[in-house]
Amino acid sequence: MLNRTQAPDFKQVSQIDFIHPTKNNLDNGIPVYTLFSDNQDIVRIEFIFDNVNWDKSKPLQALITNTMINNGTKKFTAKEIAERIDFYGAFFQTDYAQDQSSVTLYSLNKHLPFVLPIVKNVLTDSQFPQQELDIFLQNQKQKFQVNLKKNDFVARKTFSHTLFGDTIYGVNTSLTDYDAVNRLDLADYFAKAYNPSNCTLVIAGKFDSEAFELLNETFGKGWEKQNSVENKFALQAHFNEKIYAERADALQSAIRIGKLSINRNHVDFPGFQVLNTVFGGYFGSRLMANIREEKGYTYGIGSGIASLKNAGYFFIATEVGAEVCGDALTEIYKEIDILKTDLVGEDELNLVRNYMLGSMLGSLENIFSHADKFKNIHFSGLGYDYYETYIKTVKNISSGAIKDLANKYLGTENFVEVVVGKR
Amino acid sequence: MVNFNRFTLVNGLKVLVHEDPTTPMAVLNILYDVGARDEEADKTGFAHLFEHLMFGGSVNIPSYDEPLQRVGGENNAFTSNDITNYYITLPAENLETAFWLESDRMLNLAFSEKSLDTQRNVVSEEFKQRYLNQPYGDVWLKLRPLAYKKHSYQWATIGKELSHIENATMDDVKAFFKKHYNPQNAILVVGGNVKTEDVKKLAEKWFEPIPAGNKYNRNLIQEEHQTEARFETITADVPLNAIYIAFKMPERLSVDYHVYDLLSDVLSSGKSSRLHNSLLKEQKLFSEINAYITSSLDAGLFIIEGKLVEGVTIQTAEKGIWAELEKLKQDAVNESELAKIQNKAESVMVFSEMNLLDKAMNLAYYELLGDAMLMNEETQKYLAVTADDLKRVSEKMFTKESSSTLYYLTKQNA
Repeated sequence: MLNRTQAPDFKQVSQIDFIHPTKNNLDNGIPVYTLFSDNQDIVRIEFIFDNVNWDKSKPLQALITNTMINNGTKKFTAKEIAERIDFYGAFFQTDYAQDQSSVTLYSLNKHLPFVLPIVKNVLTDSQFPQQELDIFLQNQKQKFQVNLKKNDFVARKTFSHTLFGDTIYGVNTSLTDYDAVNRLDLADYFAKAYNPSNCTLVIAGKFDSEAFELLNETFGKGWEKQNSVENKFALQAHFNEKIYAERADALQSAIRIGKLSINRNHVDFPGFQVLNTVFGGYFGSRLMANIREEKGYTYGIGSGIASLKNAGYFFIATEVGAEVCGDALTEIYKEIDILKTDLVGEDELNLVRNYMLGSMLGSLENIFSHADKFKNIHFSGLGYDYYETYIKTVKNISSGAIKDLANKYLGTENFVEVVVGKR
Repeated sequence: MVNFNRFTLVNGLKVLVHEDPTTPMAVLNILYDVGARDEEADKTGFAHLFEHLMFGGSVNIPSYDEPLQRVGGENNAFTSNDITNYYITLPAENLETAFWLESDRMLNLAFSEKSLDTQRNVVSEEFKQRYLNQPYGDVWLKLRPLAYKKHSYQWATIGKELSHIENATMDDVKAFFKKHYNPQNAILVVGGNVKTEDVKKLAEKWFEPIPAGNKYNRNLIQEEHQTEARFETITADVPLNAIYIAFKMPERLSVDYHVYDLLSDVLSSGKSSRLHNSLLKEQKLFSEINAYITSSLDAGLFIIEGKLVEGVTIQTAEKGIWAELEKLKQDAVNESELAKIQNKAESVMVFSEMNLLDKAMNLAYYELLGDAMLMNEETQKYLAVTADDLKRVSEKMFTKESSSTLYYLTKQNA
């Protein structure tokens, strides 16, 4: 007779294999990290550029240069670029983040010889035509107006600005910033940032030596180097800042709370991640169990630690029913206090250990995800021993150590608390 | 090409296995053949509320999430107008835990009052977060009843109104479970680092003892052929005017489905598409413009939606859309434009095979359509579409009589 009350036996994840890249250089010195797999006949090529030359009077310069990079060269119009990429079933994607801007090409292997020259043309000869810029700015301003109606968007923007001020991490965009953008600034930034001395290539998929030769032929020559200034800054902690933006007709309030913290380079980072997982880092977390599953105040609540080049930060984010906003805040702070005073039980801690190991294993499901794991450490200046330490910490950290970390990193006296809606 | 093996248990549960030794993980995906279209008109939002209740503990296992997290697994689910789909990913060596959990909640739920109370609140907050507290968030609550007068597609999966969720009773919950959640109405897909013979043993052990239950025979009122242009105007506190036009298109299994899908690509797939270049870039009527299809199992919708540039009248914008549609009716798309969208469709299919969970979900969905093997024939179907097909379908679909138009206006213009 089948006993359905008895859970089947299980094993903790014992082995996690990381695929390491091989490193080559193009003739002009651009480092190329390749993570090879021939499971599918496809390849992803990322051109990654550090954000540089931060100028707080031009807060949208780097972002819009990235977004508009494929809007016209001397040779091709925006439409022609898109048509050529689409014709080969390829995907051209731009991504802008706090520390880096990237241009990513996804392609079937057989089409690489046709699409690489188009990408080269874009990366070396982008013109940012005035008429394209005018349309773009007009439409972006409209999208921005729509976003300003979203409480969570406003909360996130206000939170970042309070934490990071007028640095590249804290941009508090306003409508007038769009009016100040001009094509010469974009062209200038393009020249400074998008060049071989500021570029790293990360390639994942079926990419063999023949493909590398093609890549080198295309990007290893005929691309001028430029000097640029690294974005480097230090940040000051805040003290107990509470910001409340009332929205009279809000059905829900967006809450964002957090503080400056450590990043991946700090020895406590893996342990802090275990603490964060217990607190708000997975579906069974304490915040979810209390505020969603027990009280029904929200559809979702979570916390996280973000690791950036010049800083790290910890945050809690949710949208809760407007009428229970005050109660939700009380419960959030109560859960923080419990972590500082009570030890996490062995049962819960073991569950979190196993969950985190399974999650790490599951995040390595294909060659693209292996490349993402490499980027995490590479751009923090770390090696694969970081992951060894991480796994060891997850397996072995004690509940006493977690409590110590809670007291060290979850001091609420320098929290920034943002509420947009009603309370 | 996604390979699979297939067998059926004595209680009628269909099982598909996709062996992929390149990953250390496994996926267990279960699709229940029930969606919002199967709800009563006065109890809408129920299929989705029920999906939440499936996580509130089952007859022998008080907590669903906790034992799964304990073995390194994760799970989630979604409800559409057609289906409810649950999935687990976990380290392959712990696969049996997924069988244990998933079979127990097919056997019977715990039906706890506490869980029902909480999930009514959670879903109400979801309703607010996604539909009511967002600019333009309620569009589908307005557009569906405009386009559908008879068919149950006239309501969204979240439901017509909050009160339907707030009034759900335990009796409703139990009746819904009995009617829809049994082996005959489900398709199980197991994928990843697994062997078919092991999956078969586990399926026989955990799922085969579940009683077959009654087969749900769907008998929905089908939509009648639309013969009049429909309009509605709503005003709200939004910054920009917007327009939504919904055309009727055939069901998912129609021979022309792929023609309609590619037609939406011609209009709006990326920066080389027609609507983007003509209406956004050249005529500057819209700041955003898109076309897409709902891909529903019964007769679906082909949607064109756009947000207007400030100062452009809604009539001018609407005329601009229709002029583009007329072009598709007058002239066949040329060879290179057709080749472009077909190449792109082919490429999308290849990239979709990168992800184990996507593969498992797709196998379940295509099996529901009649045969999981259909999944591997999709590319050929896209490549077989001709320029004449696109013109023929455009002529048939893009008429005022089969359109439902919604003007979504800012309060300032009202």
